[in-house]
Amino acid sequence: MDRTILGLLAILAAFLAGSLLLPSWAVSLATVALAKALVILGLLVLLRAGLVPFGQALFFALGAYGAGMALREAGSGDVVAGLFAGTAAAASAAVLLGFLMARYREIFFAMLSLAFSMLLYGLLVKNAALGGTDGFNVPAPTFLGWAPSPATARRVLLAVAAALAIGCHAAIHVYLRSTMGRLATAIRDNEIRVEYLGASVQRAIHVKFAIAGTLAGMGGVLTAFSAGHIDPGMSYWTASGEFVFVTVMGGAGSVLAPIAGSFLFEIVRTYAVEYAPQAWQAVVGAVLLVIILVLPGGLWSLFQRRRGTQPP
Amino acid sequence: MIWTAILIDGVVYAAWLFIVALGLTLVFGVMKILNVAHGAFYAIGAYAAASLIGVWFAGDRPLVGGYVLLVVASLAVGLVMGTLLERGVLRLVYGRDEVVAALATYAVFLILEDFILLVWGTDPYFAGEPATALGADDWFGLAVSNYDLLLVAVAAVVGLLLWLGLNRTRTGKLLLAVIHDREMSAAFGIDVTLMFTMTFVLGAFLGALGGALTAPKISVAPGIGVEVIVLAFAVVVIGGMGSIPGAVVGALIVGLARAAAVLLLPSVELFVVYAVMTLVLAFRPYGLFARAQARRI
Repeated sequence: MDRTILGLLAILAAFLAGSLLLPSWAVSLATVALAKALVILGLLVLLRAGLVPFGQALFFALGAYGAGMALREAGSGDVVAGLFAGTAAAASAAVLLGFLMARYREIFFAMLSLAFSMLLYGLLVKNAALGGTDGFNVPAPTFLGWAPSPATARRVLLAVAAALAIGCHAAIHVYLRSTMGRLATAIRDNEIRVEYLGASVQRAIHVKFAIAGTLAGMGGVLTAFSAGHIDPGMSYWTASGEFVFVTVMGGAGSVLAPIAGSFLFEIVRTYAVEYAPQAWQAVVGAVLLVIILVLPGGLWSLFQRRRGTQPP
Repeated sequence: MIWTAILIDGVVYAAWLFIVALGLTLVFGVMKILNVAHGAFYAIGAYAAASLIGVWFAGDRPLVGGYVLLVVASLAVGLVMGTLLERGVLRLVYGRDEVVAALATYAVFLILEDFILLVWGTDPYFAGEPATALGADDWFGLAVSNYDLLLVAVAAVVGLLLWLGLNRTRTGKLLLAVIHDREMSAAFGIDVTLMFTMTFVLGAFLGALGGALTAPKISVAPGIGVEVIVLAFAVVVIGGMGSIPGAVVGALIVGLARAAAVLLLPSVELFVVYAVMTLVLAFRPYGLFARAQARRI
């Protein structure tokens, strides 16, 4: 078995152990970091093809709102049902928008995606039924009829998030090594040559966009359960900016990078908020700036250079 | 009646948006950098102007000084912040991916947001004197603030000056050459580095000016930069990135659409702006005024 899959299995084992042993503050940190790692993973798929959406928060928010609204309607807090509803909402939106988005590149791709996410934001802030700018609360998580105490539920949620996130990372790892996946680099380098080789660039990008949207939706559902609250800020451009930021910070070298990047970011942010509540944004910004300037390939390039391996 | 109100509100809003978006589109046109920190320039311009005006009007000083201070504040912000950012940060990402450059400015934006909180705190600032002193006149049965009309005039003058500067002066023509082909211009002896610094400082000045001119109309509070930057993006994208006529048209479209939404159907205010942006992008990806680029093999 290849090393990345082994690494992922080790991480999964660590998280399952962590869901039992970690202190409660670390449990929510880990859950949110895993949820966001899913969004970053989707962005990595697009980044490989040279595409960077500035509005990925659209699917993140759609996932959260999709789950939240469905559960509110049903009067339950079932995580499995929420995951299905939210992910389905985000996935269908991604497939639909993909027809348009797949025709865009570079800055225009980024801007159209930003426009869509701000559209949703504009809808949500003025929607009184969904709580407007305040958003609404998500019921305490239950698992297929089992309703543990809130403290236990958070730990179970971490285990669910870990299983789901690691499973998706493994699947994407396999996908990136398939012909479709490897096409990404070729598309980034020269689309027209890819077309001459007989592959449809537009269809490849459409698929990647749908994958990225689905993963972002799943991340949104998990974040909503972990935070217990949903608000329109999830769709604001700063949320999208943060996702792109962590993606570039981690680098596109391996599917392990989103997990590492997401964790580093959540830890930096938690500590920055703790020790410098007035200046945490500045700390986060400074870290990003240093990484961009010093490590052009993201954090992952540290590992690559040392081992002398080529990116796949 | 309501249509007149929409027209007036829309044009005033467009004037303000135009000044802010002009700096953004100029920097993008010349340097191909999507400058997220532009929102911070706007906010710092507004705060600097509000503080200076507060000090100025604390004593019994002439009104004209207030207007001079608005411009002085934005000039100072533009020169200092623009030079620092271009020479200190952007210089290091030239030649890297557009996204990396945009992310670098995003990082700077985050840092500057906290810098603003550090310097000015969280309490809002009010500096209404320059606006209230001019009063309001009756136009077609509507009370229109004279300061708003001044804003429209300033936007027109700034736009015209920039257009003349680009098309009728030697420096401007050199800059157009740099926009057209950076490497060829450098080969002909144009100091591209200097041109970049100048452009960026000018862009930063325009952002700060937009903030300074708005300061008398609003309460200057944290978060104003975050809001303005996406709106300016929308304007620039609608018009076509890097195009000055595009910025005029983009600002007018967004201004009028928003004014119409506010007066007719307030619940879709923000939605309308981005709906227009999406529609324009869907049918004219390069915006209304920018030419499509050929794909390179």
